[in-house]
Amino acid sequence: MSANQQQFCTFYVKGLLFGVEVETVQEVIRHLEMTGVPLAPEVVAGLINLRGQIVTAIDLRRRLGVADRRDGELPMNVVVRTGDGAVSLLVDEIGDVVEVEEKDFEKAPDTLSSTSRELITGVYKLKKELLLVLDTQRSVNITATVGNESR
Amino acid sequence: MDEFIQEFLIEGGEILDQLDRDFVDFEKNPNSKELVARIFRAVHTLKGTGGTIGLKKLESVNHVGESILSRMREGKLSVNASITSALLKMIDVDRQLLASVESTGEEGDIDLSGIIQSLNAILTAGESSTSVAPPPAMLGEILIEQCAVDPASVLEAREVQRSGDARLIGEILVQNGAAPPNAVQDALQTQSENHDDSANSSIRVDVNLLDKVMNLVGELVLARNQILQFTSNQKDAAFQSTAQRLNLITTELQEGVMKTRMQPIGNVWNKFPRIVRDLSTSNGKSVRLEMEGTQTELDKTIIEAIKDPLTHIVRNSLDHGIETPAEREAANKPPQGLLFLRAFHEGGQVNIEISDDGAGLDLDAIRAKAIERGVLPPQQAAKMSDREIANLIFMAGFSTAQKVTNISGRGVGMDVVKTNIEKIGGTVDVSSVRGHGTTLKIKIPLTLAIIPALIVTTGGDRFAIPQVSLVELVRLEGKAAESGVEMIQEAAVYRLRGSLLPIIYLNRELKLTGKGNVDEDGAINIVVLQADGRQFGLVVDGINDTEEIVVKPLRKQLRGISCFAGATIMGDGKVALILDILGLAQRASLAGESSGHVAAVVKEGLAEGDEKRESWLLFRVGVSGKLAIPLSMVSRLEEFDRKTIESSGNRQVVQYRREIMPLVSVAEALHIPTHATCEGPMQVVVHATGAGSVGLVVDEILDIVDQHISITRKSDTACLLGSAVIQQHVTDLLNVPQLIMSIAGEGRTA
Repeated sequence: MSANQQQFCTFYVKGLLFGVEVETVQEVIRHLEMTGVPLAPEVVAGLINLRGQIVTAIDLRRRLGVADRRDGELPMNVVVRTGDGAVSLLVDEIGDVVEVEEKDFEKAPDTLSSTSRELITGVYKLKKELLLVLDTQRSVNITATVGNESR
Repeated sequence: MDEFIQEFLIEGGEILDQLDRDFVDFEKNPNSKELVARIFRAVHTLKGTGGTIGLKKLESVNHVGESILSRMREGKLSVNASITSALLKMIDVDRQLLASVESTGEEGDIDLSGIIQSLNAILTAGESSTSVAPPPAMLGEILIEQCAVDPASVLEAREVQRSGDARLIGEILVQNGAAPPNAVQDALQTQSENHDDSANSSIRVDVNLLDKVMNLVGELVLARNQILQFTSNQKDAAFQSTAQRLNLITTELQEGVMKTRMQPIGNVWNKFPRIVRDLSTSNGKSVRLEMEGTQTELDKTIIEAIKDPLTHIVRNSLDHGIETPAEREAANKPPQGLLFLRAFHEGGQVNIEISDDGAGLDLDAIRAKAIERGVLPPQQAAKMSDREIANLIFMAGFSTAQKVTNISGRGVGMDVVKTNIEKIGGTVDVSSVRGHGTTLKIKIPLTLAIIPALIVTTGGDRFAIPQVSLVELVRLEGKAAESGVEMIQEAAVYRLRGSLLPIIYLNRELKLTGKGNVDEDGAINIVVLQADGRQFGLVVDGINDTEEIVVKPLRKQLRGISCFAGATIMGDGKVALILDILGLAQRASLAGESSGHVAAVVKEGLAEGDEKRESWLLFRVGVSGKLAIPLSMVSRLEEFDRKTIESSGNRQVVQYRREIMPLVSVAEALHIPTHATCEGPMQVVVHATGAGSVGLVVDEILDIVDQHISITRKSDTACLLGSAVIQQHVTDLLNVPQLIMSIAGEGRTA
């Protein structure tokens, strides 16, 4: 892989193709049973047991501010490594690992909604579709509503 | 880095810590031969090992130190403060050298000429003797210590040896019949154990490895829980017994692994003698440090976590707490201050107390500061208890110190102390008496990793409640389930053995949906919990079982939710949240010292003719029928022994919660004839008014009802609001404010 090429793990959220750098992805797994957390921000879908590790699951649909999945549609887990341990991103469908070139990169258009602009760092123009680059750190950067000022 | 050097760095660090402590002890007991020997051996080890692995500077500086110590050991040099200071400085240099080796792999260019010169100056003329480690305790001494032989026969045996007898002392003693052979065997055993206890009975293990083992044991505990759950549906006896054995072994393994991570708190306290010595010297104070319970063991992670907070507290005491000798004498106190550290186990927790006999906290200054800073509105500050005021020191940016020193007084610190202690699930509390000192009490869990917990269900989810907060379980069935929990306006209470227990509903606090608060049998389950020294009842849908759970922290996305302390994986592999009882109580605003909670919701009177749905307390007075007062006017129901009733003026009073509570006989006020004899405890309904509590004396508490009441007949006395039909009986409604006023008026005129 040359210097101006990069690999992205891709997935779909409400019909859009998103990608995160392959190095940040720990693993991709099918739907796991979740335990809801009362009082948590609504983007937090719950906690999952990942082989003895407790991992917070964040619903990307809610994080991006789009409509929820229909009942019965089970999300997949894209487990990413963050500064604060593993976090699972709930997505609709898993795509391929794609290789992109720097020349295809463009910044996210200003017309995106502010939440999306915060989370999408840019766009790779693939042949068939657009690959939106997701900022994982920002995506998981949610703090619960109360009493976190001291940190 | 070389493995030997790595090992030496760890060992060297420990030796230096121990030396710090020993030196300070030694200054106090300059005649202790044992201490000199110990210090000598430690310095000797540093010199010897340092030389062997090529740390020449370390070798040379400790060589001079060793020479001084050698002379001290021989009694040729007596200790004084300047010697101790020089030797302590040498230890600091040693530490610098080791730090340099650790970071760069070399000793670096630390200048040693100054320290070596000052050490040499102490070392007066005469050759320094290179020496070997002193021999272990003599056999004879051990025998005397074990009371196996009397000292006289040992002396005799030594005389025999000195006169040319080649036999060993043990042999002589046995042959003289002075000591039984097996006692000598034992003593020999002891002697050899003493000799090599540090070398052979322990090994060094990487902490990461221990952490990994601990995690694995955690997983094993989970797997065991799963198997046990599975076992309950199995009939095979062999399988059952194997599962039982697995259970026992896992428990023992878990305990064993936990023990490997346990360290005595003394490991943290070890450095305090030095800190106290240095700080009190530089502040011109004289402080004695006493420690109790240094052997109290704590999990390594917790030891690490409390190190800094404890150091901060100790420094604070020395800096602000304990006064200078002159100030102390002026206050009629011994010139030497006392700093007392105490640690002990209690109820699955470790308690650490740090107290000093210094000036204590200036509560008025704290109060004034709080108002000045706008932290508290003045009227609230005036209402707060001393304990609450004292605990304001844990708020950020709070320092009443007159001067800012390099150590403390900057107003950061105590809030960090509190945050750090709370981070590991502990609590900290301060109490102080002006002029007599301050005590900080810290309570922390023994371990963070595995705790016993009660599993409850609410809204279809399971939650774990740490056993330490659990007081008891109450189950209300049938009738009791319908009427057991009573409402004082918005606040639910339950009468637990005569006292009102505030009730909170877990599903409401967590905003969970789901069926009511009853289990399938229609019973109410109340978990009585203790948080912050206060009890409350938590209503849950169901109570499952107690289980050992492995605590896993929540990630930052969820850390801000104060109701949860963490999460755990249950026997079936699903995740359950662990409730933070203190956080839950705070959320429900139960914690804190506002006993006025109930009083605050008391309303004044009830307008005539009103129709209201409210809870009513029914009681009986004298031979009359029933009387009722709104439950919102009741803060507690109490029973008093008639012997405790005293009189003040012409009023009956009783001592109640550190105040004098006037008693009002409802019978007298309403001129209701009573039975001549009064036996048994006095039944009192406590009513909180703005000016304190008043006790209404009644004959019998009957019931609490919750219903619409329409006053059907107006009353001719002001003390009654009227009459209503409650539970098919005509009941008089008491006008409490009027009743109290009329009594107060009578009291004044009489």
